[in-house]
Amino acid sequence: MAHTTARQGILPPPTERYSVLGWLHKNLFSTWYNSLLSILALLLIYSLARGFLTWLISEAEWEVVRVNLRLLMVGQYPSAETWRIWLCLYLLAGITGLSWGVWVRGRWLLGAALLAAPLLISLAPGVTSTARNQLLGIDLAALLGFAIGRAGGKRLRRIAIILWVLYFPLVLLIVRGLALAESWLPIVTSNLWGGLLLTFLLTIVGISFSFPLGILLALGRRSSLPAVRWVSVSYIEVFRGVPLVTILFMASTMVPLFFPPGTRPDPVLRAMVGITIFTAAYLAENVRGGLQAIPAGQFEAAHALGLNGFQTMTFIILPQALRLVIPVLMGLFIALFKDTSLVATIGLLELLGISRSILAQPQFVGYQHEVLLFITMIYWIFCYFLSYISQRLEKSLGVGER
Amino acid sequence: MDQYPALPAQKRIPLWRDERVLRIIGQLAFLVLVGLIIAYLARNMLANLDQLGIGLSLDFLDTTAGFDIGEHLITYSRSATFLQAFLVGLLNTLLVSGLGILLATILGIFFGVARLSSNYLIQLLARAYIEFLRNVPLLVLLIFLYTGVFIQFPRVREAITLPGPVLISNRGVAVPWGLPTPAFDSYLLILGFGLLLAVAVGAGLTWYGRRAGRAPIAGLWAVLAFLLVAVVGWVALPQPPLSPDLPVVQGLRISGGKTFSPEFMTLLMGLAIYTSAFIADVVRAGIQSVSKGQVEAARSLGLNGFQVMRLVVFPQAMRVIIPPLTSQYLNLTKNSSLAVAIGYPELFHVSGTVLNQSGRAVEVIFIVMAIYLSISLLTSAFMNWYNRRVRLVER
Repeated sequence: MAHTTARQGILPPPTERYSVLGWLHKNLFSTWYNSLLSILALLLIYSLARGFLTWLISEAEWEVVRVNLRLLMVGQYPSAETWRIWLCLYLLAGITGLSWGVWVRGRWLLGAALLAAPLLISLAPGVTSTARNQLLGIDLAALLGFAIGRAGGKRLRRIAIILWVLYFPLVLLIVRGLALAESWLPIVTSNLWGGLLLTFLLTIVGISFSFPLGILLALGRRSSLPAVRWVSVSYIEVFRGVPLVTILFMASTMVPLFFPPGTRPDPVLRAMVGITIFTAAYLAENVRGGLQAIPAGQFEAAHALGLNGFQTMTFIILPQALRLVIPVLMGLFIALFKDTSLVATIGLLELLGISRSILAQPQFVGYQHEVLLFITMIYWIFCYFLSYISQRLEKSLGVGER
Repeated sequence: MDQYPALPAQKRIPLWRDERVLRIIGQLAFLVLVGLIIAYLARNMLANLDQLGIGLSLDFLDTTAGFDIGEHLITYSRSATFLQAFLVGLLNTLLVSGLGILLATILGIFFGVARLSSNYLIQLLARAYIEFLRNVPLLVLLIFLYTGVFIQFPRVREAITLPGPVLISNRGVAVPWGLPTPAFDSYLLILGFGLLLAVAVGAGLTWYGRRAGRAPIAGLWAVLAFLLVAVVGWVALPQPPLSPDLPVVQGLRISGGKTFSPEFMTLLMGLAIYTSAFIADVVRAGIQSVSKGQVEAARSLGLNGFQVMRLVVFPQAMRVIIPPLTSQYLNLTKNSSLAVAIGYPELFHVSGTVLNQSGRAVEVIFIVMAIYLSISLLTSAFMNWYNRRVRLVER
């Protein structure tokens, strides 16, 4: 309250107030050419919206999406094991709720919107009643996590971070299964993974493995040892200079050659290797940007305190540098999520690949608008949501203000 | 000063604690480790290739390719060599990337400026365009454009005719083209002269501007000089250098004019539209980075709106725009390899066919990667050079 009383003498600047007409005049009809532009834009919006809505409502046949919804979501993942994917979703919802309860204050609207999403999907036509209950389970898990987070408060911070780190390997384990627990968690081989599930798995693996590799390469590029520096520079420049498809192609045709004769790594693993190699090079450049932004005084102060090189990096430099590049890394991960669609060119059945194979079936020929629009919307929603989060993070971390 | 006791004679630092020695040992160990990994992979690869009965060699490049390529800028037939096939693919890549960069830049500047419009509706439309395209994978866009738009056009018989005439059908887009007449060679000479004149005009005006402290629009005058020579030359020659060649529907196919295949159109449009959204954001950020005070100061010096843009805002915005724009151009060039999904014969698609025909996986992949790497490095070298030129020298 102290600072409010100190400012009592100063009046706030007058807020600009417009009537509807005033707003229209300022933003749409301020000059004659602005008015002309507005009218043209209105006509354009009208004709676009009209054409699209007519198609959407009266011409598009969404039956093809409804029939193949399962394929689009999880590919040929066995029905009996689908509960594992729901389990992963519940865990995700629970951890998200927990983190929300621990960190986020306010933002009720965004929270409500997130909770409403599964509800809305469950109301969509063509969703079976079991799927509806399972979708409601997501909200339940999220609310449970939220309640725990709120009750625990700051004490749970460390636990929440550990849960996030553990979550991704756990998902891989749950989806793939365990040879030791054959009876209740049988192995589902990767040729059965597909659809959105495979898209997510490729993204998750790409992120988790390229992260350490990319940081090592970034440090290597800034190393004072010429040998280390040159190896890192050549890795980064080579893999940033070639398209991802060539790397995926290399991974699918050449990686088998790199393994000892007789062993054949499966195609999904090869794609994961290719994506990781590629993303690591870009991530290294982003992290390098963060490292360069740390003032030399930080290194000198750390040395003056008696920390050695390794300690300086892990405790002083990297935490600051990584904080700086979080928004950039989010952008990279959005790009990675979009780029997973390229594995369709080497024959994997992720979201795009499976759509193409559905469209190749005789009974679904001619439905390319519906199917492609559907998966476009899936990609768009996730990417837009991620970029929204990255903008919020940028603000709350105050990266731009430095 | 000399009261201080003498320092004890310095002992030699033992080798295992001498940092200089440690650094060298560390680097050697690192290189040995990297070398061992590469050697292990190479040994496995050679063993595998041996098992398959193929060695490593580039001899296959001189053997007959034996496959057709739909679109080629240089003469090519199935009896040509693999090397020529690669060259055809490379030229197609360069063609589509070059045109794509041009189109994407124009669209990107348009939407970037529209995004900053004071008109709310225009701003909204530009924002919707940018936000939609930025969050959709390019490959999905390409496949949508190909299977959903370009091959869905009516058959040749019912081709859509736009004024020109431009014929749009599921076989591609046919536009009027020019056929060279005997006078074409002399016209090329005239154009060469026009180019020289344009360079002279541009350089002269720049020199005059520096001397007189004025800022004539050298580029515009140079282009006008070139156009003047081109038009005068066209009229002055006894016979026009190009005879018009209009596309017409003849039975089941289109004859005359120039037909761009649906694959080419899809790739060009997809790359241009997709990249333009990213360029629009780059342009917007560049314009916003010029502080308002600069514009106000320029206005108070008496410059008009156009002059403010050309002389004050634009040169400063370029400083911010060039580096990210370079990476967008490089992205576009690399993304042209996605043509493999729709079947336009650019470098990557051709090399896939070469691989299947020759069975030389390792060599083909290395050749393709080396070519893309060279394109990337050359482009970034050029853009870095340009960037150094436009960069303002800081105090």
